[in-house]
Amino acid sequence: MSARIAYIASNTFREAVRDRVLYNLIAFALLMSGAAILVGQVSFGIERLVVVNLGLSAVSLFGIVIAIFIGIGLVSKEIEKRTLYTVLSRPVQRWEFIVGKFFGLAGTLAVNTFLMAIGVFAALLYVSRQFHGTDGWIAVALYFSILQFLMMTALALFFSSFASPLMAAVFAFALFVIGNFSEDLRGFAAMTHGLQRWLATGAAYLLPNFSALNIITSVAHEQPVSSSLIFYNTIYALVYTAMVMAAGVLIFQRRNLK
Amino acid sequence: MPAIEILGLEKTYSVGFWRKRPKRALLPLHLKVEKGEVFGFLGPNGAGKSTTLKLLMGLVFPTSGSAKILDMDLDDPRMKARIGFLPEQPYFYDYLTGQELLNYYAQLSGVPGKERSHRVATMLERVGLKDAANVQLRKFSKGMLQRVGIAQAILHNPEVVFLDEPMSGLDPMGRREVRELMEQLKHEGKTVFFSTHILSDAEALCDRVAVINKGELRGVGAISELTSTVQGKIEIVWRGTAIPAALKNMNAEFFVSGDSVRAILPEQQQEAALETLQRERLHLISLTPLRTSLEEYYLQKVQQASANATQTAAGGRA
Amino acid sequence: MTRTKLVTISAGFILVACMCASILLLNRVDQLRPQATLEEVLYLPSPKVLRRMSLGYDGLLADIYWTRAVQYFGGHHAVGAMHFQLLAPLLNIATQLDPHLVVAYDFGANFLSPPPPNGAGQPQEAVRLTNFGIENNPNEWLLYYNLGFIYYMELKNYAGAADAFSRGSQIPGAHPFMRILAAQMAEHAGEIETARMLWTATYQNSKDKNIRANAAAHLRALRVDDDVAHLETLVDEFRERTGRIPSSFAELQIPGLNGGTPVDPLGNPYKLTPYGHIEVQHPDDFPFIVNGAPPGYIPPKVPKFLPSD
Repeated sequence: MSARIAYIASNTFREAVRDRVLYNLIAFALLMSGAAILVGQVSFGIERLVVVNLGLSAVSLFGIVIAIFIGIGLVSKEIEKRTLYTVLSRPVQRWEFIVGKFFGLAGTLAVNTFLMAIGVFAALLYVSRQFHGTDGWIAVALYFSILQFLMMTALALFFSSFASPLMAAVFAFALFVIGNFSEDLRGFAAMTHGLQRWLATGAAYLLPNFSALNIITSVAHEQPVSSSLIFYNTIYALVYTAMVMAAGVLIFQRRNLK
Repeated sequence: MPAIEILGLEKTYSVGFWRKRPKRALLPLHLKVEKGEVFGFLGPNGAGKSTTLKLLMGLVFPTSGSAKILDMDLDDPRMKARIGFLPEQPYFYDYLTGQELLNYYAQLSGVPGKERSHRVATMLERVGLKDAANVQLRKFSKGMLQRVGIAQAILHNPEVVFLDEPMSGLDPMGRREVRELMEQLKHEGKTVFFSTHILSDAEALCDRVAVINKGELRGVGAISELTSTVQGKIEIVWRGTAIPAALKNMNAEFFVSGDSVRAILPEQQQEAALETLQRERLHLISLTPLRTSLEEYYLQKVQQASANATQTAAGGRA
Repeated sequence: MTRTKLVTISAGFILVACMCASILLLNRVDQLRPQATLEEVLYLPSPKVLRRMSLGYDGLLADIYWTRAVQYFGGHHAVGAMHFQLLAPLLNIATQLDPHLVVAYDFGANFLSPPPPNGAGQPQEAVRLTNFGIENNPNEWLLYYNLGFIYYMELKNYAGAADAFSRGSQIPGAHPFMRILAAQMAEHAGEIETARMLWTATYQNSKDKNIRANAAAHLRALRVDDDVAHLETLVDEFRERTGRIPSSFAELQIPGLNGGTPVDPLGNPYKLTPYGHIEVQHPDDFPFIVNGAPPGYIPPKVPKFLPSD
């Protein structure tokens, strides 16, 4: 069983690479180098700030876009091209298929982020001439981004297990935006009363909490991150991902494939 | 134990957005296929052949009824390890090479690691794709795709093979190759269940056939029995364009084409007709008894109005 | 189909279990990040930049910052904090993004000026914010009211208050009491009655429950101060007459009570101490009283606000 998941995962990784996903790294590299060079000329004193902000934001955005668009294609492409038929006629269970796809994309994103991290640190080195102790927090921010990607991939898979690719992309992107305001949403919910409060609170708690994983601004200002926050965020992201995957599996189990 | 046992499988879709109208893709189907049989599933487009196959593969869930393959449930992984499936107009991961694709499928089918590369190489050779092992599938021709499709269906040495329109879109050479492969499978004792609307293939390969139309099973029977009815007619072909007067009285039909005449007349006239031809010194080309063709059986079954919703058949003539 | 059923049940179980777990974890994570999102307001170069970055969704962003301001204040107030440094920046950003967000000015006027723990203790900030509001909403008479209120309550600038009320009274549609307050300010600035009028006006004209609760508490405190002063006068008169301290309220023969006990605004009877002082039963219920608390009473760190009546 786990072997099959691993085979599907590695095939998914291979597909992403051969689909030239990693070319996005070239765009990223260009962006970072351009920014690093420009920033040195233009502003004094905040080069580090700009590089960190820009670099981490780009990592986050690129990664989310990849997670959404490839994540959605993972299932819908196989159904549309009917490559799924020959897979499911083998002793591969539907849930193994979805889980395998998840790990494949998650692995791709992890590798992608790692390579981007090198780019960010390289640009940082260029503008600051040396590493500071607080640069370690940048790695934490990158780690949080990876957690975000895991959640987003699961959401993309979940939506694509029942919606058309376009709708799935819209839903996933909408959840990303809303998830970044998740703390505010809970604040809004607390200010309402009665039935609205129940509904709003319920929704606010079920929506993905991306805002807690977005520490770009504070890391840019060299603020430390508490280790209990790292711990709880990790558990939360894993639990949330598992929850969404379970929902996706349930839906996919019962889906009639055209 | 039959290889395939279909017990009332039924599939109804609800179409439409607001008021859902039911669309009956498959009426309750009862069918048995024995081990080692080559079974043809015939019907026009949209008859329900693909639906039946998808139901058997667990890609689509039945509205009612059930089925067993090798006496196991349709979602049993042990069963799935012993069957192979080639879908209609297949498409495979086009970024993989032939060898990578078969290797991937071998992994998923549970072929042990040590055997895999050997099995894959053997299979590629068997379907004539040895040279394409390192070519990406996006460069494959239609015939090559079909062949790699058969390869993935049989590489794990399944006992039952399901093929959905295996000849579709192939040129005569391609069809010949697929037919040969299917005959090999038959000789290896595998059960082959395939759907097609090309009757000559069915006639050549199958032990039994079933005819389905508009989601309903119309008839099942062994080829030999269906086509054994001698019509009581013979066909004589001779050279030349002359038609002897004596033959004209024999309740016959004549077709003249080119430099030969083809006559169809009752079997009893066979001796008299041959004598007449000898007398007239006409050169005999062939003498053939006419049998009911599968085509006629097929057309009859397809066109007959839907009689019963279900027909049970386990080898008898319908 | 037992295999399928097994997967369905397992997945369903995981779904429910993880849902509960994620909700609990979210709570935990929220606690660890009380101000994280908010502290970035300290890093924003200027509200103008923010406006440009909001890509035209100013209104929405303003609402978000407004909500955050309310949550921030509420959260801090609930634990008796003594610093509310982010309140002014949050309100500033909200109003820069949406200068017509009147509730934000109202909130700022009521909670930026009072001293901690009931406010940020920044009356000048409150004045600046309210003036900005008036600039952008010259027909909003409530803002003039707020301005006068701040001048009166915290800055003790009675002339400024009178001017603000007077200007506000000239707005078409202004509440009639604006003119009355202007006059009151000019002549009776220091009296309790003026304070009572202002708090009543605030209470009646605000829809924000925080503001109303605050105003109600102040009104109750004024009532208590009044009652205590009045009752202690009666006690002094009694002592002068009889040469001793009364032993019960009945002896005072308070007119209108028929020998009964006077009660505070919450319905609890006042206490008459053996030394002739009047005290309330539960001083915690009245965060703003000047008279009527027992000697040595230390108010709780977190002032108790009852829900607005």
